[in-house]
Amino acid sequence: MSPLLEVTNLRKHFPLHGGVLGRTTGYVYAVDGVSFDIARGETLSLVGESGCGKSTVGRAILRLVAPTSGEVLLDGERIDNLPNAQLRRLRQRMQVVFQDPFSSLSPRMKVRDILAEPLRNFDLARGAALEARLVALLDKVRLPRDALDRFPHEFSGGQRQRICIARALAPEPDLIVCDEAVSALDVSVKAQIVNLLADLQDELGLTLLFISHDLAIVEHLTHRVAVMYLGKLVEIADRRTLFTAPRHPYTRALLSAVPVPDPTAPRNRMILTGDVPSPIRPPSGCRFHTRCPFVFDRCRTEEPLLRPGAPGQLAACHLEEMPAVAA
Amino acid sequence: MRLSPLTRRRLAAFRAHRRGYMAFWVFLVLFTLSLFAEFIANDRPLLVHYDGHWYVPVLHDYPENTFGRSFLPTEADYTMPAVQRAIRAHGWMIWPAIPYCYDTIAKDVGQPSPAPPSWKHPLGTDDEARDVLARVIYGFRTSVLFGFVLTAVSSMIGVAAGALQGFYGGLTDLLGQRFTEIWSGMPQLYLLLILGSIITPGFWVLLGFLLMFSWMTLTGVVRAEFLRGRGLEYVRAARALGVSDPMLMLRHILPNATIATLTYLPFILSGSVTVLASLDFLGFGLPPGAASLGELVSQGRNNLQAPWLGFTAFFVLGGLLTLLVFIGEAVRAAFDPRRIVE
Repeated sequence: MSPLLEVTNLRKHFPLHGGVLGRTTGYVYAVDGVSFDIARGETLSLVGESGCGKSTVGRAILRLVAPTSGEVLLDGERIDNLPNAQLRRLRQRMQVVFQDPFSSLSPRMKVRDILAEPLRNFDLARGAALEARLVALLDKVRLPRDALDRFPHEFSGGQRQRICIARALAPEPDLIVCDEAVSALDVSVKAQIVNLLADLQDELGLTLLFISHDLAIVEHLTHRVAVMYLGKLVEIADRRTLFTAPRHPYTRALLSAVPVPDPTAPRNRMILTGDVPSPIRPPSGCRFHTRCPFVFDRCRTEEPLLRPGAPGQLAACHLEEMPAVAA
Repeated sequence: MRLSPLTRRRLAAFRAHRRGYMAFWVFLVLFTLSLFAEFIANDRPLLVHYDGHWYVPVLHDYPENTFGRSFLPTEADYTMPAVQRAIRAHGWMIWPAIPYCYDTIAKDVGQPSPAPPSWKHPLGTDDEARDVLARVIYGFRTSVLFGFVLTAVSSMIGVAAGALQGFYGGLTDLLGQRFTEIWSGMPQLYLLLILGSIITPGFWVLLGFLLMFSWMTLTGVVRAEFLRGRGLEYVRAARALGVSDPMLMLRHILPNATIATLTYLPFILSGSVTVLASLDFLGFGLPPGAASLGELVSQGRNNLQAPWLGFTAFFVLGGLLTLLVFIGEAVRAAFDPRRIVE
């Protein structure tokens, strides 16, 4: 079966303007050649530190920002270069849940209008049918039915995120991009929302692109994980492989940073030194070489490509070719 | 109608602004009265009972020979003593409180015009022997209506222009702003002089002309709101949901700009009234003979020996503008977030 979403060599470079004339003086290489695909009904998580470009990937797929180059295919059709009129119809098939449930709902609209907007917009339901769908949506996200006539400020953060999810579900999309959808929530609420997303996926056969910096959350919900560093994918693997046998040093460092609830558990932490380099002047060769504990000469000059490791696993590291050292 | 708690708080804040709230009611009463100016000051009777028939001259035109064979079949002139005598002989008639229209020339003054205030003419007559009170009532109505229409249309254009600039940004914004800057530098008065030398501007021509320049008042503030609004998370969310641009502007961003707009409106209204009055004062406004407050001001200047003209003009125009400014203050107070949010 062909994947629902295919992303090939996606790039997004934001121009920097400087000087009196406002000429382009450089670029922020936010996303620099990212490729992956998501099968129908699958969850792919995109993880990485702040500023690694994971949100930009999501926005470029949704065409909230125009990609600089690369291809995005939904169901085998290119969508990265669609004219605006067609793009608007396509939005019915891809929806988004944003990070902050407080700012992503219009404070002046009732929940009824918020949820009805996509339905009216795509002319999916009217009158009594519309009302029935609104109620069904609330049931799906486990909100009380009297929520319809209230304003967003009358809800808690978790409830608001449920409204956002209901809004994304309204036009019955194929793909939902969750852009840090649970990052702004309290831990207990976070778990509820993650469970809700997992349940919805089972019920509705949704395909999710789950963008997050929180590996602990990702582990609960995802089928596969893609790890990004400074605008590039460094490793992509199914959940089990990634969490048990990560190959890229950066992935290992990320995993070792996940908090463990048991303070007495023995920990073998791999602590990275230094900061993430600027995406305006990314390092030569492997972008991780400035912080990698296993760095050697080749890393500084030659950029590693994604190479297959275990089945379904790809990692971009020169160590992959030197099994003796990698161990 | 169910009002949201916020709207109710705003109404309460508006009422709490005593001065503005009083001004609002005074203005409303005066304006409503002036809408019925024809029934208050007119040179034709409200009702005529003649030979067992009813006539409503204030609404209908009747030929003069309705009231006697000896008259001609032209439009009846009820100010003529002969007509009045004929009607009184066969019935009766009710006159408005002020038996003069704004353009009625009072022939029974017996004094050189402008005549000082008297029982017949409480505010005197102007230099063409027309009743000043009648002219003030009609002039008030013209000024306010002109102001309303100008304010409404120019705000709509201004909001639309600002919205487009702010929403699309980039080149649209750049060109729009430069155009606004150049356009606002045009010498309005001289253009109006040129226009006046070609045609005699009436109410609508004048309105259209002023409209060409007055829409810019709101553009800046609305543009700023839209620039801010298009970056808001819920606007991006709505865009990602596939909401069309016009809908995004109308439903999601415009509500943010309404407060700034509404706060401006009373002041634009008073500005429009002033502009019309000053053009009339200079003689470039409404056609000669039209009832206008500005024209009364200029009469006051030309007839310093008749101070009732100048005083009337001053108090009416000053009173009207004061009322509008007070209302504006109350509106501003009602929409002030610092006072409204507990």
